[in-house]
Amino acid sequence: MSVDTTLPVLTPDDFASDQDVRWCPGCGDYSILKQMKVALAAIGVPREQTVFVSGIGCSSRFPYYMNTYGIHSIHGRAPAVATGLKVSRPELSVWVITGDGDALSIGGNHLMHAIRRNLDINIILFNNRIYGLTKGQYSPTSVLGQVTKSTPMGVVDNPLSPLSVAIGCEATFVARSVDVYAKHLVDTLQRAAAHKGTSFVEVYQNCSVFNDGAWDYATDKSSKSDTVLELTHGKPLIFGANKDKGIRLNGTLPEVVTLGQGVREDDLLFHDAHTPEPTLAYLLSRMRQPDFPEPIGVFRDVQAPCYEDGIARQIDDARQARGPGDLQRLFASGETWTVE
Amino acid sequence: MATTTGPSKSVVELSSATVRFCGDSGDGMQLAGSQMTLTSALVGNDVATFPDFPAEIRAPRGKKFGVSGFQIHFASKDIYTPGDQVDALVAMNPAALVTNLTDLVPGGVLIVNADEFNKNNLRLAECATNPLEDNSLANYQLFSVDMTRLTRAAVEDLGLGVKESDRCRNFFAMGLVFWLYDRPLEPTLRYIDDKFGKKPAIAEANRRALTAGYNYGETTDAFVSQYRVEKAKLPAGKYKNITGNQATAYGLLAAANRSGCELFFAGYPITPASDILHELSRHKNFGVRTFQAEDEIAAVTSLIGAAYGGAMAVTASSGPGIALKAEGAALAVMTELPLIIINVQRGGPSTGLPTKTEQADLLQAMFGRNGECPLAILAPRSPADCFEIVQEAWEIAVNFMTPVMVLSDGYLANGSEPWRIPDVSTLSKIAVEHPPGPQNGSLFYPYLRNEKLARPWAIPGTPGLMHRIGGIEKQDKTGSISYDPKNHQHMVDTRANKIAGIAQHLPLQTVDGPERGRLLVLSWGGTYGACQTAVRDALERGLSVAHCHLRYLNPLPRNLGEILRSYDRVLVPELNRGQLRLLVRSEFLVDCQGLNKVQGKPFTVKELSRQIDQMLG
Ligand SMILES: Cc1ncc(C[n+]2csc(CCOP(=O)(O)OP(=O)(O)O)c2C)c(N)n1
Repeated sequence: MSVDTTLPVLTPDDFASDQDVRWCPGCGDYSILKQMKVALAAIGVPREQTVFVSGIGCSSRFPYYMNTYGIHSIHGRAPAVATGLKVSRPELSVWVITGDGDALSIGGNHLMHAIRRNLDINIILFNNRIYGLTKGQYSPTSVLGQVTKSTPMGVVDNPLSPLSVAIGCEATFVARSVDVYAKHLVDTLQRAAAHKGTSFVEVYQNCSVFNDGAWDYATDKSSKSDTVLELTHGKPLIFGANKDKGIRLNGTLPEVVTLGQGVREDDLLFHDAHTPEPTLAYLLSRMRQPDFPEPIGVFRDVQAPCYEDGIARQIDDARQARGPGDLQRLFASGETWTVE
Repeated sequence: MATTTGPSKSVVELSSATVRFCGDSGDGMQLAGSQMTLTSALVGNDVATFPDFPAEIRAPRGKKFGVSGFQIHFASKDIYTPGDQVDALVAMNPAALVTNLTDLVPGGVLIVNADEFNKNNLRLAECATNPLEDNSLANYQLFSVDMTRLTRAAVEDLGLGVKESDRCRNFFAMGLVFWLYDRPLEPTLRYIDDKFGKKPAIAEANRRALTAGYNYGETTDAFVSQYRVEKAKLPAGKYKNITGNQATAYGLLAAANRSGCELFFAGYPITPASDILHELSRHKNFGVRTFQAEDEIAAVTSLIGAAYGGAMAVTASSGPGIALKAEGAALAVMTELPLIIINVQRGGPSTGLPTKTEQADLLQAMFGRNGECPLAILAPRSPADCFEIVQEAWEIAVNFMTPVMVLSDGYLANGSEPWRIPDVSTLSKIAVEHPPGPQNGSLFYPYLRNEKLARPWAIPGTPGLMHRIGGIEKQDKTGSISYDPKNHQHMVDTRANKIAGIAQHLPLQTVDGPERGRLLVLSWGGTYGACQTAVRDALERGLSVAHCHLRYLNPLPRNLGEILRSYDRVLVPELNRGQLRLLVRSEFLVDCQGLNKVQGKPFTVKELSRQIDQMLG
């Protein structure tokens, strides 16, 4: 008797759950949901091996809409929930879905520790630079001066760069994409999934109700070639509609230069996603509009040991050294005495 | 060896004795106490201990607030407490003497390190005159011993510095007490080999100091008699001395073994719970995955992930940490996942008295979460009982798909007693079911309930059972998000009924003493020993009193109301301001009187006896 070992081919639709999707019309989350289904279908991990874990926020409703296993947890704690799951079930494919408020404000501590432990999980941060679910307060990524419900006179705290935070924690895979860049996003998600270790992906996401147009400069067809720079490993940093602008290092600082006027391609900064040193990735994460084009794509992709493997290895080592746990022997260890 | 020569002085037989070592927090008093405990247990006594230490790691030397003590009660009969009063006190300096003397019985043995009673130390201890000289100790058998000088002399030629030599003084004190109570030195000598084997000079110094102390008792004329406490008649079996925290860790390993689940333990260090994490971390070969989380919130939420994945997920903390875990505990209640949250209670509120015991988190356990959020609550009654209670907790958790809170306390966690080692082969299985996958194409309902109202524990990796859980209200059966008012009422009621229903599966509550009478003493948790001793004592004196001790606090045993109504009066002694009393009154409309103490210390038997006598007088 022959056994069919081929996996059933999954389509994006197979990943749709039976729940109504209830985001606002025009929300960037729809596109991310769609591209995630496309990416997962292509990756080919069985649905039952995939778990989505989220915190709280509009974006964190995501697990309900995926026909996989899922946990919609509490505000900011998704990385910790994912840690417990991944440590006890390393074979599962674990995705953390979080928002800028969820990940960087209330959950900052957990995010930092999940990243530095380098669990083999994928963290996807939907950045709309606002608190959506609580209806429009500023978030840790909102820009200075931004007027929101809780800052009628403008934001006075400095915004965080999610990628700088992740790189500061020495994330082994760091990337950025944009909700409406369908193909780029699918590709980025697939590369994140392929990475062994924590993948941290920031996705620029439009909140059509409370922060509409925050990323217009990156999505507007007329401006995006000047405001966005697509990173490719081993390639120089070039951008602009005519591919005539580049980034050059001046000492330790980047500067925008125009090719041709005494500047050759070789003078430009070349992207190296695989260098063990996080300095270059950090420098790229600091490039911000309006002074610089904002890089998208993979900033950093390096190998490092994973936390859950370390734990599993210690268990193996302990078993090698001492044999499997024997309760009776353990209980009778140390000083004992017998009462007749 | 001194121990083999046998006693040369007169020997007084005692049925029990209580000894306390006290000194500076750096003097090694905890070690002295635990060695004395171990040795007493090994000679066959029943033992109960009370380690008591300051929150400061190394308080300034000589000050009263830096005194660390360890009390051991050992007996030839069953005992349940570390003893109210001390028969023999070892004080390593004036501060230790003045802070501990009130607990020494009149005529009791008082051994002091006379070398430390100098001007400076007397000043630090706020003594106007030297108690060794001002006749204030006339009521005690005072043995003023130059321990520093004698210890230095014993280790003289080993090439140690003064500091290192002086660090052996606790072994001298131990040796002397071991002689006084006719205990063998061998277990401590083995300990020294084990602990200091890699530092031969230190090992030798400690050996010599120990022996010197022993020989000092034997040879000086100061001590005229030795004491002896015979073996206790404990049930037959193999024993070891165990602390509550160690018993908790062992119980968790046993529960994982009995249920076939992988143990996942997450914690964030906090006194007095940390030892559970330490103990489990040493046993990786049992497959236990320990996770020192970044904070208590991460610890409890990591359990949600681990439990969803099918692991036996456990965390332990103390009051402040449990406060942080509240939101995560509520998510576990909402997602109906089995996990164990251990609260080793300490003095509160806030940071409170980190190294002292209290029972004041019962209401936090009951109500310290938002919404209608019931979970099961259990409390161990003695150090060894921690072993049983966490296994029961896990059985309830998986049977009912609920988080279970275990209320231990600092007194149980650090205290120790003989533990009869169970025969592992006789431990029954704890049945755990994970649905295998959809049967003949039927739909999977993640919130379909069984007769216990538990939902199925379907785990990732199982084809066809994909489902989502979370903190938003779910429609019963399907698990879809639901804001339907009727469904919410139904779910709130169902979660409450599920917890209440656990009572049907718990043993009926029993009492110690007559089934009806004038007074019932109702207790829970770590006060068991003192209450038990006081009630038995009152019964022997012919009083109409019984003792009812609760292990199950939520739900309460189903016959408790009946029991409460069988006595004229009810006394609820607690190390809080009346938390169980509040619950019992509101639940059963039975009046109760409280005996409440919040001093960071356990009850003495005398305090309870006095109250019982007063209420029956
Ligand atoms: C402990 C706690 N505090 C506050 C909230 C309220 N809350 C829900 S979502 C949210 C902010 C979410 O913002 P973000 O992470 O940016 O997600 P978005 O809704 O924009 O996708 C807040 C403050 C909560 N649910 N829990």
